[in-house]
Amino acid sequence: MSKPVVATTSLAGCFGCHMSLLDIDERILDLIELVEFNKSPINDIKKFTKKCDIGLIEGGCCNSENVHVLQDFREHCQILISVGECAIMGGLPAMRNGIPIKECLEEAYINGPTVKNNTEKIIPNDPEIPIMLDKVYPCHEVVKMDYHLPGCPPRADLIWEALVALITGNEMKLPYHVVKFD
Amino acid sequence: MNQIVKITIDGVECMATKGQYITDAAKENGIYIPTLCNYEGVKPRGSCRICTVKVNGRLMTACTTPVSENMEIENNADEIQELREAIIELLFIEGNHFCPACEKSGSCELQALAYRFHMMVPRFPYSFPQQEIDATNPKLVKDQNRCILCKRCIRAIKDEKGRSVFAYKRRSRHVEISIDPKIGKSLSDEMAQQAMDVCPVGALLVRERGFVVPIGERKYDNEPIGSDIEKLKE
Amino acid sequence: MKNFTQKTIEKYHHDKTRLMDILIAIQSESGHISPENVTQIANELNMSEVDVEQTISFYHFFSMKPTGKYSIYLNNSVVANMMGRADTAAAFEKEAGITFGEVTPDGLIGLFETACIGMNDQEPAAIINNRIFTRLTSFRAKEIIRDIKDGKKIEEMFSASFGDGANRNNLVKSVVTNNIRKIGPVLDPDYKVGEAIRKIIRMKPEEVISEVKHSNLRGRGGAGFPTGLKWEFCRNAIGKKKYIFCNADEGEPGTFKDRVILTELPRLLIEGMAVAAYTVEASEGILYIRYEYKYLEEYLEKILEEARMKNYLGKDIMGKKGFNFDIRIQFGAGAYVCGEESALIESAEGKRGEPRDRPPFPVEKGYLGMPTVVNNVETLCSVVKVMLNGGDWYRSFGTSESTGTKLLSISGDCRNPGVYEVSWGFSVHDMLEMVGTTGNVQAVQVGGPSGSLIGSDEFNRTLGYEDLATGGSLIIFGEKRDLLNDVVVNFMDFFIEESCGSCSTCRILPNVLKKKLEKILEGRGVEQDITDIETWGKFLKASRCGLGQTAANPILTSIKNFRHLYESKVQTRKEYDTGFDLQQAVKEACEASGREPNI
Ligand SMILES: Cc1cc2nc3c(=O)[nH]c(=O)nc-3n(C[C@H](O)[C@H](O)[C@H](O)COP(=O)(O)O)c2cc1C
Ligand code: SF4
Ligand code: SF4
Ligand code: SF4
Ligand code: FES
Repeated sequence: MSKPVVATTSLAGCFGCHMSLLDIDERILDLIELVEFNKSPINDIKKFTKKCDIGLIEGGCCNSENVHVLQDFREHCQILISVGECAIMGGLPAMRNGIPIKECLEEAYINGPTVKNNTEKIIPNDPEIPIMLDKVYPCHEVVKMDYHLPGCPPRADLIWEALVALITGNEMKLPYHVVKFD
Repeated sequence: MNQIVKITIDGVECMATKGQYITDAAKENGIYIPTLCNYEGVKPRGSCRICTVKVNGRLMTACTTPVSENMEIENNADEIQELREAIIELLFIEGNHFCPACEKSGSCELQALAYRFHMMVPRFPYSFPQQEIDATNPKLVKDQNRCILCKRCIRAIKDEKGRSVFAYKRRSRHVEISIDPKIGKSLSDEMAQQAMDVCPVGALLVRERGFVVPIGERKYDNEPIGSDIEKLKE
Repeated sequence: MKNFTQKTIEKYHHDKTRLMDILIAIQSESGHISPENVTQIANELNMSEVDVEQTISFYHFFSMKPTGKYSIYLNNSVVANMMGRADTAAAFEKEAGITFGEVTPDGLIGLFETACIGMNDQEPAAIINNRIFTRLTSFRAKEIIRDIKDGKKIEEMFSASFGDGANRNNLVKSVVTNNIRKIGPVLDPDYKVGEAIRKIIRMKPEEVISEVKHSNLRGRGGAGFPTGLKWEFCRNAIGKKKYIFCNADEGEPGTFKDRVILTELPRLLIEGMAVAAYTVEASEGILYIRYEYKYLEEYLEKILEEARMKNYLGKDIMGKKGFNFDIRIQFGAGAYVCGEESALIESAEGKRGEPRDRPPFPVEKGYLGMPTVVNNVETLCSVVKVMLNGGDWYRSFGTSESTGTKLLSISGDCRNPGVYEVSWGFSVHDMLEMVGTTGNVQAVQVGGPSGSLIGSDEFNRTLGYEDLATGGSLIIFGEKRDLLNDVVVNFMDFFIEESCGSCSTCRILPNVLKKKLEKILEGRGVEQDITDIETWGKFLKASRCGLGQTAANPILTSIKNFRHLYESKVQTRKEYDTGFDLQQAVKEACEASGREPNI
C-alpha cells in the first residue's frame, strides 16, 4: 500500500501551526516514514502533483488568493483539516472583522500614524495583488472542512494524535491538556 | 427546621434539603451540573441556560429551581448534553472570542466548559459583531466582545448605598453591559478585583495587569471544570 | 423653581417602583429623556444612572435622543405591508425629507418603525404623538406631513370622521373602528353593570371559585391556564396584600380584541377585576395597558372614576364591609415581552420587562413580592358573564374541553376583518367563510407569530385547546402572498427584536435561524440547511419564557406545513454549500481601492 499523501498550507496565519507540526520532536522521523508530503511549505512543493489524502490548513481566508488556495486544496484533498484558531475562527487577523474594510485599508495606507509619502492617498490596487475580503473567514465558512484542531498553535501532540488516528484508522486519544484554544 | 427530601438525579437517589436549588443539591451529592451565570452567594438568574435539566420531564434551569420531594431530575440525557453543547457554541459565535489574546484564557469558565464538552468548532456561523471596549473607568476595562451577559456583575457588585454599578443596556441581541459613569469612578481596588473575579469570562479586567498566572498553572489548565465537585463523590 | 422632572418624581412620592410612570411623563412632555433627566431621577430615587438607563433603553417608546415635535411611529407588521405600507412609508420619507429612524434637522418630525400596534383590521396605521391614524395611504401621508408643517395640532389633523362606538366619545375622538362583526355572550352589551358584583358579595369567595372552576373557563391570554384554579392558588397563598393584574398588553401581532373590549366594554372589565379581587381578597388592581393604546387613557380614567362614584370600586364595595378594591392604570412603553405575566409585573414595578424565573409563580410571589393574579382582559370579562349566568350556562357554549366562546381578531386577505366572538370548536374553514375571502386562501397564521402557519389541508381543524389553541389572532394569506419572504422573515424579525435578551438561547438563536433562512431564500441553501433549522430550533425550548420557546415557530411550522416552498429553493445538485460568495466578499475592498474584481 502506498503511503498516505499529505499537503499543507498557511493562509492568513503566522506559520506557528506549521512550527507546531515540526515540534513533534523525534516523531517527525516516524511521520516521514508514515506519510508522503506533497504541496507544502515544508518541502517547498508549490503545486499539487497528485491527489492527496489529507490537507492541513493553517490560517483563515483574508483575501482572494487564500480562497483560491483553499478551494484548490478542497479539490485535491480527500480530507481537509483546519489547524489552529485562525483556520477555525479567523484568529487574530479576524480582529478586524466588524470594522468596515474601507476603514481598515484607509487606516493602513492613508490615515495611519506610520504612513508617510502616500500624498496621492492611494490604496494599493495593482491587479496582481490579491483582493482583501470584507472580513476574515474561517475556513469552514468558505469550503467544507472535515476536522478541526484548535489551539494557538495546536499542541504538537494534538496534531500528531490526529494524524496518526486518521492514517491508522484508530480512535483519537486526547488527554485533557492537549485541546486548548490558546 | 431543614426538611430533608429525596430526589433522583439520573436515576441515582440523592438526599437534599427542601427548598435548596437543584445545582446545590447535586453538588452536595458529588454531581456536577454545569453552570455559567450562577455564582455562589448571589441570587440566581437563569440567564445562560447551561444548567438546564429535565425535572419530571420538563426543561428547567437547575440553578433557579428549588428541589422538592420525589423530584426526578435528568442531567445526563443525550438531549440535555447536546443542548449544553449548543449553548456553549452559541455564546462563542455571539461574541468575538479570540482566546489566544485573552487575559482570562485558562481561567475562563466559558472556555473551560468548551473544553469539558469537547468543542472543536461551533456548528453555528460566527457573527463577528462590532462591539465596544469601554476603557473610561479608572480601574476596569470592559470588553463587550467577550461578555456573555450572564448578569453576574450586575447582581454581585453594589455600592455602599445598594446601588448597581453595572447594568444591562438595550434589549434583544443589542444588549450590553454598562458601568455606571459616576459610581464606577469611585470603585475601590477591591471592588474592581471582585468584579473581575465575578466575571466568568474576560469581559471585565482590572487595568494594567494581565497574564499574571503562567500557562500551566491557570485554573482550568489541568483539570476539567467541575472536577472538584465530582471528586467529592470519591 | 421645581422643574417638570422634579414635580413628576414628587407626584410619585420618590417611589422607584413607579419609574415607568415617571419616564412616560417625561417622554410625553419633552419627546425624550435627556441625560440630565437621568441624573436627576437617579439622584432622587437613590438609583445609579445605569440602572435608570437600563429601564429606559429596554422600551421602544423611550428615547434618550429627541424624537421630534411630531413623532410618527409607522407600524411594520406583515398585514400593514400587505395593505400597502410601502407606499405610505415612501411618502412619509419623501415629504419629511428623512428616512426611518431619523428626525428632521429642525426637530419637527421624527419617523420611526414600530411593531404591530393592534390595528391589523385597519392597516396601514401609525401612532403620531400618542394618537392613532389608520388606513393610511401615500396621499394621507402627504396630507399629514403638510399639516405638521402648517403647525396644526394633532386633533386638527384627522380628515375622516371618528370611528364607531366609543371611539367617538369626547375623551377618545379617534378614527379607530371597532369592527365588531359577531357578538356572543361576552361581547353582548345587554347586561346590567354591577349586577355580578352585587351577586358575588352575597357568596363566599370559595363559592365563586367553585363556580368559575365549574365553568371550566381557561385563560384567554394564550396559555390557557384554568382561571378558577389560578384564583384558588392566589387565595391560598400567604401575603400581606394581594393584587389583581389585568393583562392588556395585547402584543401578539394580529390581535386587537382587547383594544375593542377596552373601548366598548371597559365597565365589564372593571367588574371582572372586582370579582377577582373579592375572590382572592386583593385590595389593589393594576390594569396594564400597552403604550399603543394610550389614546384611551383619559376615557378609561373617567370610567374608573365613574366606577368609584358608583362604589363598584373603593371602600366597602356595594355595601360589603371590608371589600376594598381600587384600580390604577399602568402603561407599558413598547415591549411585546411585557405581555408575559412576570415581565408585566417587573415592568409595573418600574423595571425592564424581563420575565422572572419561575417558580415562584406570580400567584405566590408577584407584584412587590405579594400574591398576584394576572388575567387577560377577555378572561376577566368572561368571568362576569359566568357569574351572572352560571357555569352550566357557560358550558353550553363550545366543546367539553374548551368551554365558552373566544374573541377572534381576524385580519389579512379577507373582506371583513375585525373581531368575531365564536364558540370554541369553530373550524378554520367556517372562519374563512364567515369573514369572506376572495380567491384561494394559501395559509392562515393561527395564534400569531408564536402560533402556527397552516395550509388548506388543515383548514378542517378546529379552534380549541384540544386542537388549535389560540389567543385569537388569525391572519389570512391569499394565494399571491410570498409566505417565506414576506411573512416568515417579518415574524422572525419581530421575535429577534422583541427578545428581552436575558436568555442566551433566545437572544442568539433566532437570528442564526433567520440567517439560515436567508441563505435558502438567496438560493444558496442545501437540504442540510432545512434539517439544521429543524434541529437547532429545538434548542430554543430551553428558553425561560414563551417568547423564546416559540421564537422559531414561524420557520418551524412553515417547514412543517409548506416544506415544498423550502425544497423548491434549495440546490438539489449540491450536498454542501457554505454560502460563501467570493464576488460579494471582495466587493467592498474593490470599491475602496478602486479596482476591478479580477478574481
Ligand atoms: C411573550 C409573551 C407575551 C404574552 N402576551 C400576552 C398578552 O399580550 N396578553 C395576555 O393576556 N397574555 C399574554 N401572555 C400570556 C401571559 O403570560 C399570561 O399567561 C396571561 O396573561 C394570563 O392570563 P389568562 O390566564 O387570563 O390568559 C403572553 C405570554 C408570553 C410568553
Ligand atoms: S473570554 Fe474566555 S472564551 Fe472568550 S476569549 Fe477570553 S478565554 Fe476565550
Ligand atoms: S461583564 Fe462579565 S459578569 Fe458582567 S455580564 Fe458580562 S460576562 Fe457576565
Ligand atoms: S425567552 Fe427570550 S424573552 Fe423570554 S426571558 Fe428569555 S430572553 Fe427574555
Ligand atoms: S447557570 Fe443556570 S441558567 Fe445559567
